[in-house]
Amino acid sequence: MRPVVRFLDDELLVRIIAEARTILCKLGVEIHNDSIVAMLADHGAKVDPEKNRVFLTDDIIDKALAAAPGSFQLYDVHGRRTHDLSGHNVHFTPGSAAIHVLDNETNTIRTPTTGDVVEYVKVVSQLDHLASQSTAIVPGDVHQNISDSYRLFLSLMYCEKPVVTGTFTIDAFNIMKDLQLAVRGSREELRVKPLTIFSCCPTAPLKWSDVTSQNVVDCAKYAIPVEYISMPLAGFVAPVTLVGSLIQHTAETISGIVISQLTNPGTPVLYGGSPAIFDVRYETTPMGAIETMMIDCAYNEIGKHLGLPTQAYISLSDAKQLDAQAGLESSMGATLAALAGINNISGPGMLDFESCLSLEKLVVDNEIAGMTLRMIKGIEPKDDFPALPIFEELLKEQYLLISKHTRRHLRQEHYFPGPVIDRANRSRWIEEGGVSLRERAHREVTRLLADYQPSELSDDVKKDLTQRMEHEARRWGMDQLPHRQDAGATM
Amino acid sequence: MSILTEIVENLIVGDDEKVSALTQKAIDDGVLPKQILDDGLIAGMNTIGQQFKNHEIFLPDVLMAARAMYAGMDKLRPLLLKEGIPSPGKVVLGTVRGDLHDIGKNLVGIMLKGAGFEVIDLGNDVSPEKFIQTAREHDAAVIGMSALLTTTMSAMKEVTYQLKEEGLAGRIKVIVGGAPVSAEFAVEIGADAHGYDAANAVERVKSLISEN
Repeated sequence: MRPVVRFLDDELLVRIIAEARTILCKLGVEIHNDSIVAMLADHGAKVDPEKNRVFLTDDIIDKALAAAPGSFQLYDVHGRRTHDLSGHNVHFTPGSAAIHVLDNETNTIRTPTTGDVVEYVKVVSQLDHLASQSTAIVPGDVHQNISDSYRLFLSLMYCEKPVVTGTFTIDAFNIMKDLQLAVRGSREELRVKPLTIFSCCPTAPLKWSDVTSQNVVDCAKYAIPVEYISMPLAGFVAPVTLVGSLIQHTAETISGIVISQLTNPGTPVLYGGSPAIFDVRYETTPMGAIETMMIDCAYNEIGKHLGLPTQAYISLSDAKQLDAQAGLESSMGATLAALAGINNISGPGMLDFESCLSLEKLVVDNEIAGMTLRMIKGIEPKDDFPALPIFEELLKEQYLLISKHTRRHLRQEHYFPGPVIDRANRSRWIEEGGVSLRERAHREVTRLLADYQPSELSDDVKKDLTQRMEHEARRWGMDQLPHRQDAGATM
Repeated sequence: MSILTEIVENLIVGDDEKVSALTQKAIDDGVLPKQILDDGLIAGMNTIGQQFKNHEIFLPDVLMAARAMYAGMDKLRPLLLKEGIPSPGKVVLGTVRGDLHDIGKNLVGIMLKGAGFEVIDLGNDVSPEKFIQTAREHDAAVIGMSALLTTTMSAMKEVTYQLKEEGLAGRIKVIVGGAPVSAEFAVEIGADAHGYDAANAVERVKSLISEN
């Protein structure tokens, strides 16, 4: 049986959706994008042009929800399927996007450089339990108007996994779409085999900026999957109660679905989010708060009820370094998310309210993901009935280490974590240096960087990507892209 | 592929039937028994030991290989005896007096045999006298003692004390192990080594014997 956790009973869930729909129809949603407002008006929405307020109708909402696909797949740069975002399937992806990296040597934060992005991508390319990469850090050594597309460029150059990403401007969508077309070869191929998911964020409460709403439209035109990242802050810009925040999240997310499905019905979407409670003592938005995780799991139930695949920024921590808090918040989140069946779980690697990426934490979180993925396979009988033969064998042989039954099932029944998880007895642990988690994680990062093998994306495509990115950089006054030590070795 | 390489490869995958047949074939072909042992069976187990240490393979794989090693040894032992080739060493093994836990000790026994050692397993609840008497009778190089209880650990000290009294300390080496037993405890009671797990115990026994 696959273990499942639920936070909402059916009656409450239906009431939350009903209230959200009422809010969208009666109070409306603020959209700062004239063409989208016009499109919605064409579909029968009332508009208050002075306040950029659009009042949806039940008909519009029903049409949009009916058009949104119940599942979709993601494919790596070679076109191989990596994700089936459906049902209770679970995939992990690193969190995004951090403006800092935690430097292991100094244990302090700094602005990421190209080198940091490349190292991150190289590490994530080898972490088995992270099905996708994300453009997890914002490099500070390029013009800010290419800091989004440049991350995607490096991701596609160094790692074959699909990418969770997003744009910071309307303009950047163009190059980010072109980079994907360079990999896939055609618009049709990109539609059939999505390579990326774009995060698009409404602003709480009930608002879409020009940029993010246009991103939803642009992605829809190319059938690029979108994950909606509604961020109600319980007690601040959303009701303090978890139910109240869920109503707001539902309304904001449905408004996003409406924009994409009326633009291009059938565009893949993830019912996602990054809500949080607001900590009224520290004026912060704790991603590691248990109530934050409860809201995440609950809106995922609402998404599933609406027949949509889901996503959440969960399995991350607000700790400032790789400490016990980092581990406990990340693993509580990952465990709950997997039990809830959140299809795309974002968070690994992240600290400090998602503002800081640690490679050392990323390799630890990869193990959390591995254990969690094992957990949701549940407990299933495998050659266990009748039980008499195996117990007869045990009593006869005294142990089952080399039993056929053991050898047949060992590697599926037991998950074997990598070297960052300490399972040695104390004597062995001491003899092997008494190494701390942080040091073990750092050694693993060092090993992965040394073992990295270049992406097998063809040299022609890599050249094409490079030329497009260089052209884009020149547009913003950069004669050349930052030097990469191994730029030659990537091809 | 040479027959010895074939023995190594089949031992690594734990195919006892093939290792047995190949060992017999090597004997029939006139390969020296010592060479079959060193470059076939022991060479294979050395690879297994390294792979296990690197977590490339797990305990069941080691034990399967050890079983294949025994299968080869069954063919080889009479010839080695006949030619007067000494075994790599004899180890008297047991769980100490008052302690009935023998799972860890059994594992050590399997691993030691897999490494080519001759193991005399006295079982559990073994008295200090019995350990020493057996080691003497068989001219064993090492006594290996296991305990799982803090209350029975003290019986280990009786063995090291007695060996010293009888002037055998140093000639018969002592290795101790078991969940409550630490390297510090081993030093405290005058044991020569502490094995923190079965694979480690094999390594320690190897070094104890090479010191002799």
